[in-house]
Amino acid sequence: MAPAAAELLELYRRMVLLRVFDERALVYHRQGRIGTYAIAWNHEAIQAGATFALGEDDWIFPSYRESPVGLVRGMPPATILQWWRGHPSGWWNPLDWNVASICVPIGTHVPHAAGLAWGKKLKNDPGVAMVFFGDGATSEGAFHEGANFAAVMQAPLVLICNNNSWAISTPLSAQTHAETLADKAVGYGMPGVRVDGLDVLAVYEAAREAVERARNGGGPTFIEAVHYRAAPHATADDPRAYIDAARVKEEREHECVGRFERYLREAGVLDDGLVAKVRSDAEDAMRTGIAEAEAEPPPDPSLLFEHAYAEPPPEIAAMLAKELRHG
Amino acid sequence: MAELTLVEAVNDALHTELARDNSVLVIGEDVGRAGGVFRATVGLHERFGPDRCVDTPLAEAGMLGAAVGLCMVGLRPVCEMQYDAFSYPCLDQLITHVGRYRWRTRGAMSFPITIRMPYGGGVRAPELHDDSPEAYYVHTPGVKVAIPSTPADAKGLLAAAIRDPDPVVIFEPKLVYRTARGEVPEGEHVVPLGKARIARAGEEVTLIAYGAMVPVCEQVADSTGISCEVVDIRSLRPLDEETILASVEKTGRVAIVHEAPRTAGFGAELAAVIAEKALLHLQAPVLRVTGYDVPYPYWQLEDLYVPSVERVSHAVRQLLDY
Repeated sequence: MAPAAAELLELYRRMVLLRVFDERALVYHRQGRIGTYAIAWNHEAIQAGATFALGEDDWIFPSYRESPVGLVRGMPPATILQWWRGHPSGWWNPLDWNVASICVPIGTHVPHAAGLAWGKKLKNDPGVAMVFFGDGATSEGAFHEGANFAAVMQAPLVLICNNNSWAISTPLSAQTHAETLADKAVGYGMPGVRVDGLDVLAVYEAAREAVERARNGGGPTFIEAVHYRAAPHATADDPRAYIDAARVKEEREHECVGRFERYLREAGVLDDGLVAKVRSDAEDAMRTGIAEAEAEPPPDPSLLFEHAYAEPPPEIAAMLAKELRHG
Repeated sequence: MAELTLVEAVNDALHTELARDNSVLVIGEDVGRAGGVFRATVGLHERFGPDRCVDTPLAEAGMLGAAVGLCMVGLRPVCEMQYDAFSYPCLDQLITHVGRYRWRTRGAMSFPITIRMPYGGGVRAPELHDDSPEAYYVHTPGVKVAIPSTPADAKGLLAAAIRDPDPVVIFEPKLVYRTARGEVPEGEHVVPLGKARIARAGEEVTLIAYGAMVPVCEQVADSTGISCEVVDIRSLRPLDEETILASVEKTGRVAIVHEAPRTAGFGAELAAVIAEKALLHLQAPVLRVTGYDVPYPYWQLEDLYVPSVERVSHAVRQLLDY
């Protein structure tokens, strides 16, 4: 069933929020206000579209590419900016948002999502889990083990493969000899779907079906959202050494937020005034976010030693005491 | 009190803890229908059902990764790694996530995972069934490590691990799974982590060991005619420095015994602690009697590799002759 106008506008608002976060984060990086940042530009259709199919009790497992995905749940931009600023306040409590911590190594969070989904099933809890990872992650053992685990346990999991055709400089052709990544689903005995990763409604529809299947006891689904990375991997990357510049130019012209905006204008849901308002609201949120992040006092040195254990073993307590004495 | 073997005591602990807390579940390869390759999980599948004693796919990283997710919904998984060296794939999850996730959430979430595995050599097994990997684990922040040497401790330390809010790895000395026999308290029995045990009191030399090396040191204490104090440290992290240092201060002579290779083994950490905190009490250099820095050998040669009563006795005499 097609979403109603209000839902379409909410989906658009989330895409713009993610887009503006990314644009501003890049600026903040260049201004030296945040550290290295993994650029998510033109991944908004996948991130907003897939999560739009979830309820608030469902869990999201982001990779670093989805660092701002908590915005769709109302997470303050300051929190995510602090993560990229290396400040402890950026390490959010996953229970507050049902958004797991950002997974930095590739694909190793797929088993976590499988385990959480399996645990929900064991507890007769209706929740589902959704895990995001890239095309490169499908080469990792952890992806395989997690996908297989979820399938064997018939865990309510949705696997979202963000196939942006590149793993830093490694093209998909050097990553797999399979015709499509969705084909991998066959080997796990789960449905595999391919969608246009720049078509937010296509992503949403595929995710909606997968979530419904998971919730009804039908087990996991693998969704391959296909597009072409039109921005550097991260602020520390210069893709001119390896990427097809003409293709990038073309991709940027067909970027996903503008595409959805044109669709909504044609459908009579969006006009100039609303476009401007949605964008300026997002920009305001980012201005507030960076101001809040920068206003936060530097972390207390004791945080260096806290939280590694519920109760620090004596040797760690001794390290803390020594550091405080000499620090 | 019942007299049990070490592996029976492990089984007793699992039965007791699963009955006590219905958020505890056992997951692993062959743990269900078969009751584990060493029968450590026997009877759990029948008694608690397939959702609380779960046969998993053959995937150690997947199993431990799934355990992280199980903790996120409030469960307390006990993961069995079938053998010491088969646990290596799980080190990826252990290092990148298990030891870090509480910290990553600034203490908001707990990951009460227990990993237990048989370890050590001397059992005439094929390659990679004999390793002592404790140093890899204990080097990982956020993780605790304990190694019992007696049936009572095998039960009590495992119960403590299961109840602990943090990830705990228990290495069970498979060599003595069925030969170590002793009185084990019935019902709930917890041995707190971080408390060493004086296995033999003595005056002249301190022998520090854990797991299957404890009985070797006890034989030395009982046979050399030299008064040896055997400290079974039981827990590598947290470490009971107090008991170790008190013994060293009394005897002034120390040998540390473990099966794992010498370089950067846990003996190196113990020697450093003793050097930092008890140097002026030492009458002789701290000695280490360990496996060698080579792959664990073909089993026809393994008796040359695993520290023996003879090798430890030789170290004791060296300490006295210094």
